[in-house]
Amino acid sequence: MPYPFVVIAGKLVRHAARLRGGGSALPGLFAEKVDPGFVSRTLQQLPHGVVVVTGTNGKTTTTKMVVELLESQGLRVFTNRSGSNFVRGVAASLLGAVKLNGKLPADIAVLELDEAHGVHFVKRVAPRYCLVLNVMRDQLDRFGEIDKTAQLLRTIADATTDSVILNREDDRVANIASTLDGRLVRYFGLAPELRQQFPTDDELHGQRAEQTPNKLAADVILESFEGDRAKFRIGEQTFETTLELHGIYNIFNAAAALTLVRTILPDASPKPLLEKLSTITPAFGRGEQFMYKGQPIEFVLVKNPSGFRLSLASFPASGNSVMIAINDRYADGRDMSWLWDVDFEGLRNSGVNLVTGIRAYDMALRLQYDLVPVERIEPDRAKALKQFLASHPDTPKRIFCSYTAMRELRREMAHYVKVGAIE
Amino acid sequence: MNSNRPIKLLHLYPRDMNIYGDHGNILTLQRRLEWYGYTPVVLTYDPGDSFPDNVDIIVGGGGQDSGQSKVQDDLHTIVHHLQTLADSNVPMLMVCGLYQLFGKFFKTSDDEIIKGIGLLDIETYAKPERLIGNIIVRTKEFGDVIGYENHSGQTFIGEGATAFGSVIKGAGNNMADSSEGARYNNVIGTYLHGSILPKNPRLADFLITTAVTNRYGSFEPSGTPDDHLIEPAREIALKRPR
Repeated sequence: MPYPFVVIAGKLVRHAARLRGGGSALPGLFAEKVDPGFVSRTLQQLPHGVVVVTGTNGKTTTTKMVVELLESQGLRVFTNRSGSNFVRGVAASLLGAVKLNGKLPADIAVLELDEAHGVHFVKRVAPRYCLVLNVMRDQLDRFGEIDKTAQLLRTIADATTDSVILNREDDRVANIASTLDGRLVRYFGLAPELRQQFPTDDELHGQRAEQTPNKLAADVILESFEGDRAKFRIGEQTFETTLELHGIYNIFNAAAALTLVRTILPDASPKPLLEKLSTITPAFGRGEQFMYKGQPIEFVLVKNPSGFRLSLASFPASGNSVMIAINDRYADGRDMSWLWDVDFEGLRNSGVNLVTGIRAYDMALRLQYDLVPVERIEPDRAKALKQFLASHPDTPKRIFCSYTAMRELRREMAHYVKVGAIE
Repeated sequence: MNSNRPIKLLHLYPRDMNIYGDHGNILTLQRRLEWYGYTPVVLTYDPGDSFPDNVDIIVGGGGQDSGQSKVQDDLHTIVHHLQTLADSNVPMLMVCGLYQLFGKFFKTSDDEIIKGIGLLDIETYAKPERLIGNIIVRTKEFGDVIGYENHSGQTFIGEGATAFGSVIKGAGNNMADSSEGARYNNVIGTYLHGSILPKNPRLADFLITTAVTNRYGSFEPSGTPDDHLIEPAREIALKRPR
């Protein structure tokens, strides 16, 4: 079928699917079936090419930062969330965005890719830039083991044509540089004093983080942070800024986003980038805040041991009511082992007000073995949220939730406050 | 007799073999010993360390291929300690990777033979399919044991070992028979993690009572754990999809 017809017909299918209230799968499938080259051809016409953001933790918020930083520099950005079938999802989004002549009104595409979908995607579309954030133990039931996950990330980086941005503090990620001949490799990093706050999975038991400075030169270094203030070293200069992003991992990933944007736009000066950065809010469900009866309610997505540990460390327990919601659907990971690799002792004094989710009792049992008191267990998410909101009206609230529990609770939250559309 | 009644728990290779919540098994033994009125002393052994004396329970876990290759040579340097302890009925729990290495050998997909220590009469062969998912194993001594498996090695039991149990749901040792795990004296090898001990207190208490009886002649708890969360956690786990 000639190109414009794919676009027109695809748009019609998309429109029809929308009228039925359906998702993106059908129009995406249509475009892919009728014209398998649709996605790669449409993306490859972009003047600044395709950027992929990958790694275990923080992809969504980092992608959001990169998109908003690029937009603040005047670029038109096409972006897409990682979905169940990535290529198809991108195809569907592209159908929505392209003009009838097949042109995408954008200068650059910034795509969040998970390891598994990423390796397939880069076979179709070679990225010009690639950012690898970290590789942590996550979804072992899906990918087998961390070294294999690192191998997938290497494949994605290796398909990149121009520049690859790597986390120099994560050995598995930094090692990817060894096979990237001919590509520009740049690093983001941490000041040595912060290094111990970001233990890798290898340092989880027994091994200590090194205090010696990392030998690789980094373009952007997170120097220090306290509360909502952070100091970044960019090139030879140090800049201090406030941030709307919560959690140390988000702040570290801001260094990653800055490095990537500075690689794409070498002439962008740091000051306006940092001014923009200071206004960026976390992606949906990732430290997202709602106000309910005068108290903030924060959703914190936890997906794996390192992410959960960092989240607990980022958000002090005292003075807050805490709920933990753990499901074990496919997207959460069916294996509950990971809960036993998170240290919950920090919650011992303040306790946990409510535990919910399909695996609420597994979670409660885990807390019992860390001697953390639990006020109530209510596996039903809707009932739990209602009780949680009602039980401690005068304290800020925090909900640590696995992926599908977050989606469910966020939907329930819409009964109480205005909640943005779920993407 | 020491009035605080110490029991020495040895975590084998925690640095390299810790991938599936193996810490949960140590923590479960530690807390339950405390709740029963004993004093757990947690020791670790990593490659090159000197092997501690008077160990009462040994627990080992699973690792990645890279972790496994770091410990497999070292394991042969401590085999006489482990064999002596196993022969004198010291309880041990070896999960996944160390279960395999406690066997005679592991044959990789390139037909390379990784020699195990042969404490369990089992042989393991790398296979292309990965056996992943929730698993339930019926055992005579510990009832239905619930956990999660994730392995591509398939294990076959020889004459010198008995199965830990038989699979009700899941794959277990291999795709050819319904056996799961292996046992020699009080050494239990299994593919179940999840972690295995928190939701299977009968197994945890077997390790504890055996160790305490070995050390002090009898098991005389001064308290009991509060286990009210375990039954609902098990009931839900039993109903979850593979």
